[in-house]
Parts: sequence; structure tokens; C-alpha cells
Amino acid sequence: MEFFVIFMSALLVNNFVLSYFLGICPFVGVSNRLDSAFSMGMAVTFVMSLAAVVSWAIYNLVLVKYGLEFLEIVSFILVIASLVQLVEMFIRRMSPVLYQTLGIYLPLITTNCAILGVALLAVLKQYTFAETVVFSVGAGLGFTLAIVVMAGIREELDAADVPAPFRGAGITFITAGILALTFMGFSGLVR
Amino acid sequence: MGSVVAAIMTMGAIGLFFSVIISVAYQKLKVEVDPRVEEILDVLPGANCGACGYPGCANYADAIVKGAPVNRCSVGGMEVAEAIARIMGVSAESMVRKVARVRCRGDRERAVWISEYVGIQSCAAAHLAAGGGKLCNYGCLGFGDCERACPFGAIRVNERGVAEVDENVCIGCGLCVQTCPRGIITLEPVDKRVLVFCVSQDSGKVAKKACKVACIGCGLCAKKSPDAIVVENNCARVVDADKVTDESIEKCPTGAIVRLGSRN
Repeated sequence: MEFFVIFMSALLVNNFVLSYFLGICPFVGVSNRLDSAFSMGMAVTFVMSLAAVVSWAIYNLVLVKYGLEFLEIVSFILVIASLVQLVEMFIRRMSPVLYQTLGIYLPLITTNCAILGVALLAVLKQYTFAETVVFSVGAGLGFTLAIVVMAGIREELDAADVPAPFRGAGITFITAGILALTFMGFSGLVR
Repeated sequence: MGSVVAAIMTMGAIGLFFSVIISVAYQKLKVEVDPRVEEILDVLPGANCGACGYPGCANYADAIVKGAPVNRCSVGGMEVAEAIARIMGVSAESMVRKVARVRCRGDRERAVWISEYVGIQSCAAAHLAAGGGKLCNYGCLGFGDCERACPFGAIRVNERGVAEVDENVCIGCGLCVQTCPRGIITLEPVDKRVLVFCVSQDSGKVAKKACKVACIGCGLCAKKSPDAIVVENNCARVVDADKVTDESIEKCPTGAIVRLGSRN
């Protein structure tokens, strides 16, 4: 039950994009097509889960042991940057098309604050290893959910008759705002 | 002091750990890049102007290896096309060089001015504000947006207040074409020596009132050279420059059709 609460909390109630407003850059940047949005979500989920787990291990097994907790941010960033490098090489090798589609947003996962946020929050909340896994996967899927919903709406918006001043970034931000409002509806789900 | 040493040691160890993993992964996951891409990239001018239709030189190099035509680079011209063709082992098809032409000759004396624009000194701003000072909506505004857009210094606003292209310098990248808020600049083959230097789509009466050298769409030229000139939307257009007779150029009541001097 505990795991379920942590998972749902990270997925819906405290959705990293729509409730914490972390990781907005890829959320807006890669959400114009459904399939690339989904791949981006998967890439972020992968990096997020791995980063949180490795960060957890480094924090609890190394930093705490030597009383070096103040190094958490530096070492976490190191972890994230290395993982993104790995993912980038992997995607480039496995799917050049996806590599082209994600473009600059792939290396930008490095600076995606949602990922550092998950790693830091997991440590801050003193989660156990298993809880960290559940939390980070939930957060990653939450990001995927948000970006996929957004991409679905934006694909429909392409066909809509948007008033000229709102076209492009304007209507995108308004959509994101309304989406965030609707996610407020989940707030009673977990205390 | 002890914690500083410990911190350095720890970060060093973590860093080393990840660098080993990444370098191993790099060896395993290395992507084989066609060596020709690098060679072609060296030959291309590196201006990244986008005239070839690809976002930059690197993308074009990629596309060539996948089978795109080798002669798209108008910056490099024949020379580069031939060099790429050698790398790719194909023959470079002849490429017609295109240059930008400013399709307006309505300078200070010829065009009618109805107001004085004193706002931000750029064509885009003037065009947005009230269409600048000229009565003609198809006239060159003369604030030099194109001059600033041109990376090669090939276009400039002349002393008569109308933009002018130096065809010997212009490489036909099309940046000025995109920049001009009025769409007056077009890319034309450099050997097309007869052009209608007006793009006004106003009716003859309005166009005549606005500028002495406007094309009024009367069609006299098209009557004299039916295969070479067509009139569309109140404006004549040269289809085949070689077939335009001198008679039809002389017939133009406003002198909007011009035969350019032969190229040196």
C-alpha cells in the first residue's frame, strides 16, 4: 500500500511537470508530435529511474558514510550527465531517426531539473531503495503522461482555428496552464 | 581539512568510475559514420545559409551521401559541386547560378511619396506601421533590412533609396528574399537578362498614380512577345527572356521592363 501511495503521488498528485513545474523545457519543446513525445517521455523515464537509483546508492553508501552529504548536488549532476551520455550513444546507435527527432532535447535531458529533482527528493524524503525505485518510475511515467497528453492536445490544435495573437507559443502555454489546473483535481487522492 | 581530501577523493573516484563506463560504452556503441560526409563537409563553404534547402552544411553533407543532388550549394557554385561530385564519384550536372533581383525601381523621384516615416529605421517596422512613406504597397522601403541580412555584402540601398544587388557578388542564398517584408526580391537565373522591375498587383490606374515606373498590367508587351511575357494579376512577368523582342520593351508605357547590360 505504501508503494502504491508513493507511485500515485509521483504520477498524478505531485506530477513533476504539471504540479512542481519541473522539466518544462522538453515538455514544451518536444510535445508537438505524439510519437516523439512518447519517445522523449520514455528516455526521460529511463534516465530518471537510473539516475535516482544510482544517486540513492552514491548518497547512502558513499556520501553518508564519509560525512560528505554536501556533495549531493555535484555528484548527482555527474551521475545524470553520464547517464544521458550513455542514453544518447545508445539511441544514436539503435534508432538514428529517433536521434534526429529528439535533436537537441536529448542532451538537454542533462539539464532537465525534473531528473535532479527526483534524485534530490528521494534523498530528502529518506526513501528506502525500493521506495526510490517506485518513486522515480512513477515520476518518469508522470512526465511521460503529461507530455503525451500535451502532444495529443497540440496535434488537435494544429487543426483548430486559433486567433492570430495566440498562435504558436501563446496557445501552447495556455494549454499547459489549463492542463496543470485539471491535474489539481487529483490533489485529494493522496494526502 | 580531512573532509576536503575526502571530498576530492570521492568525486574523483565517482568521476573515474563513470568515465570508464562511458569510454567502454563508446567503443561498443560507436556509430559508423560514412567518411565521405566528413570530406564533403570540408569542401562545403560552411556558411550554413540554408540555400540548398537543408538547415545547414552538415545536414546537406548527410543528404548528399544518401543521394541528394550535388549541385544545390549556390554559395560554392560549380567549383564546390565538382569537388563534391569527385568525392561521390558522379558527374556534376551544370548548375544555373541564381542571383537576387530587387524588383522595384521606384526611387525618390519616380515613386510618389505621401508621408514621411520617422519611426524605427527598418523596413519591417515601416511596413507594419503604415507601409512607410510611399503610396505604392509594392515599393522598396529603402531602410536596408536586406543589406543587413546579406552575409556577403552583395545588396545595398543605393543613393536613390532603392535596394540594388551586385550580381557579381550575390551567390543567391535567398536570405534577402526572406527578409524583405514586401516580397520584392526574387531569385532569378543570372542569364535571364530581361526582367519586369515591378511586382505591383494594383490595378493599372492605382499603380500609375503611385509610381512612374510601375507595371500597370496593360499587356502591350505581351502582345508583342506572346510566348515570352505573360500578364498575371495586373503585372507582367517574363517567362522566356531570350524571346523578348526589343520592340516589346520599347512599347512599355512606363518603362518597367528592362534589358540588363551583358555581364562582364
